[in-house]
Amino acid sequence: MPRKIRLRKVVEPPRFKGYRPFGVNSKSRKSIDLLYEEYEALKLADYDLLKHDEAAGLMGISRPTFARIYESARRKIAAALVEAKEIRTVFGNAVMDKNWYLCSKCNARFNIPETMDKETCPACNSKHIELINK
Amino acid sequence: MKTIITSTGNQLNSIFDLRFGRAGWFCLYDDQSGEISFIENENINSQSGAGTKTVEKVVELGAQKVISGDFGPKAKELLEKFNIQMVLLQDDNSTVQHIIDKLKS
Ligand SMILES: [Zn+2]
Repeated sequence: MPRKIRLRKVVEPPRFKGYRPFGVNSKSRKSIDLLYEEYEALKLADYDLLKHDEAAGLMGISRPTFARIYESARRKIAAALVEAKEIRTVFGNAVMDKNWYLCSKCNARFNIPETMDKETCPACNSKHIELINK
Repeated sequence: MKTIITSTGNQLNSIFDLRFGRAGWFCLYDDQSGEISFIENENINSQSGAGTKTVEKVVELGAQKVISGDFGPKAKELLEKFNIQMVLLQDDNSTVQHIIDKLKS
């Protein structure tokens, strides 16, 4: 029987769809898929400088699981740099713990608390908003 | 509704601050009364927990929306709990006045 895959919380989606090496012809190379939860683990540990148990708590996973995801993220980034491969972000097993929206007029990114109006951008009042994570 | 905009200074022509917990100033804008005030960030030099303390300040000031450049994970969790809307802008050349003008548009 296949192991049940637990969904992992991601606090915020990455701001990019991918990274491409500069100065090499990478068209023929395969890209590396970075999972959202791998991006999040790397961000919490190495950017926000949280301790691993804190980061694991925020993502709703155990510390050993966090360590595994974090290790995987680092190896993928290293491989992409050394092998000059593109990085693509894919969803993986992540769930966003809140919905993030993007305004196509002013590029503001925002969440919408339950208590608020859902129609317009909170920075410029444009109606052209879209959900980033589905 | 009251909105907080993180600011590098205490003037309307001050540049928007991309930091939340370590912003220099908070501009509090009330769109009902049109009132605008600036509050200095007392937590700017605290060793830790600047984000958490800043969320407490936001709640104390009665704001329901915060416009900044980034929020740390703990601040995010807290703001979400208090139903305070987070708005992230990447533009680091905007003045506070410019952001308020956009809010009014
Ligand atoms: Zn907008």
